[in-house]
Amino acid sequence: MALKGNLRDFGITQLLNLINLAHKTGTLYLENPQGRAYLCFREGKLIYAAMEGEEESLPQMLQRTGKLTAEQARAIISHTAGRADRDVAMMLINAGHIQQQDVAKSVNQHVLNLVYRIFAWNEGTFRFEPSELPVQGKMTTSIALENVIMEGSRRLKEWERLQEELPDLDIALKFADRPTTPLRNINLSVEEWRVISFINPRNTIRQIAQYNSMSDFQIRKIVYSLLQAGLVEIVRPERPAMPSPTEPQRRAAGEEAAAPAMQMRRPAVKRGLVQKLIDRISKID
Amino acid sequence: MQAVKIVVTGPFSSGKTSFIQSISEIDVVATERKITRDHERIKDQTTVAMDFGRITIDDELVLYLFGTPGQRRFEFMWEVLSEGMLGFIVLVDSTRPETFREARRILDTFRSYSPVPYIVAANKQDAPDAWSPEDLRIVLRVESDVKVVPCVGTERSTVKEVLLQLLYSVLETMDKAEE
Repeated sequence: MALKGNLRDFGITQLLNLINLAHKTGTLYLENPQGRAYLCFREGKLIYAAMEGEEESLPQMLQRTGKLTAEQARAIISHTAGRADRDVAMMLINAGHIQQQDVAKSVNQHVLNLVYRIFAWNEGTFRFEPSELPVQGKMTTSIALENVIMEGSRRLKEWERLQEELPDLDIALKFADRPTTPLRNINLSVEEWRVISFINPRNTIRQIAQYNSMSDFQIRKIVYSLLQAGLVEIVRPERPAMPSPTEPQRRAAGEEAAAPAMQMRRPAVKRGLVQKLIDRISKID
Repeated sequence: MQAVKIVVTGPFSSGKTSFIQSISEIDVVATERKITRDHERIKDQTTVAMDFGRITIDDELVLYLFGTPGQRRFEFMWEVLSEGMLGFIVLVDSTRPETFREARRILDTFRSYSPVPYIVAANKQDAPDAWSPEDLRIVLRVESDVKVVPCVGTERSTVKEVLLQLLYSVLETMDKAEE
């Protein structure tokens, strides 16, 4: 029997909690305007995750985690076309190109990155198909959900806070005329540099994110830190950007702790009376 | 004549009226009105005050079943109905996960009115998309010593089983209190 529903009513955190506590095996299919994803579980543990149209091969995962260069990844992909990821992994390990733990780490990272992205989905539908595991030939992992739920919730809170601080992405940035931070003491990450290089009153934050293939969460995080450091200031874009739909507020309900167990009061009736009720109702046809 | 009261509560459209109708020996005294709010327009009519069913036990004892109004704007009625109840049943439509949070809220509210025994009835278990009682226990965070009973509110046999399970819980609570 498939579990189906709407993410607005039953969020990702609650779904993962259910799968974890019920030790479910099967695949959770999710669909929202950002795409379609599926997460596979075995006995309550996360073993695989993918976005439709964004399924990465093992060499791509290894490249992303820095275990292979882009050239190495390209060469391996062209030599192993049509082979399952498991076979490719065995081949690379046996040839001494990578170690088993590198593969495990990369797959883990890939799966977790995708799941954490999905945590921000608060619209769309879900369907859980028990015992369905479309992972043949894929590299799977086994991740306990407790930590995923905690980390995902933490990121979600951060995301919400950033959304409050920076609700509108259709605004532009300019360099501060008088930066509050001494510029010589600043260490920027590669991602921050990529954003900095696009700062211009004609570019909206949303456009900068699009140029750099960054999610709303990533761009907000970077812009927020640049604003906090006093390096940039918000300005109205010189050319009006396309209006964007307001991002819905993530509902906060549903995550509250369970109410403490309450001591039940002895009903103010006699035992014989309850037994009478039971006898009578048992006889109803 | 002594009267005993059991309250049947649950979210809007969880099947409370049908549940009581299935087992009551009298036509359920229901005060229904046409739905006026768009988001609640999942059915044509809803209970605006309460449903009222009766099972005569013997010449001296009668069991009343009270169904709470499903819409939130009649919440003020809940506390009145819960006064003096023997126990309560939280009826949940197992096919509508969008109502589970509301079910949990109702459960907590009724527990706060009166700490009497209660059970959760996982209604509409005959529907293909019904969530299992085990899954409902998890999502509604029902304690392990509280029963979650499968049910089809239009079938008298399962309604009867739900009532019996609540009464067994009442007996168990009495046993614990006497220990």
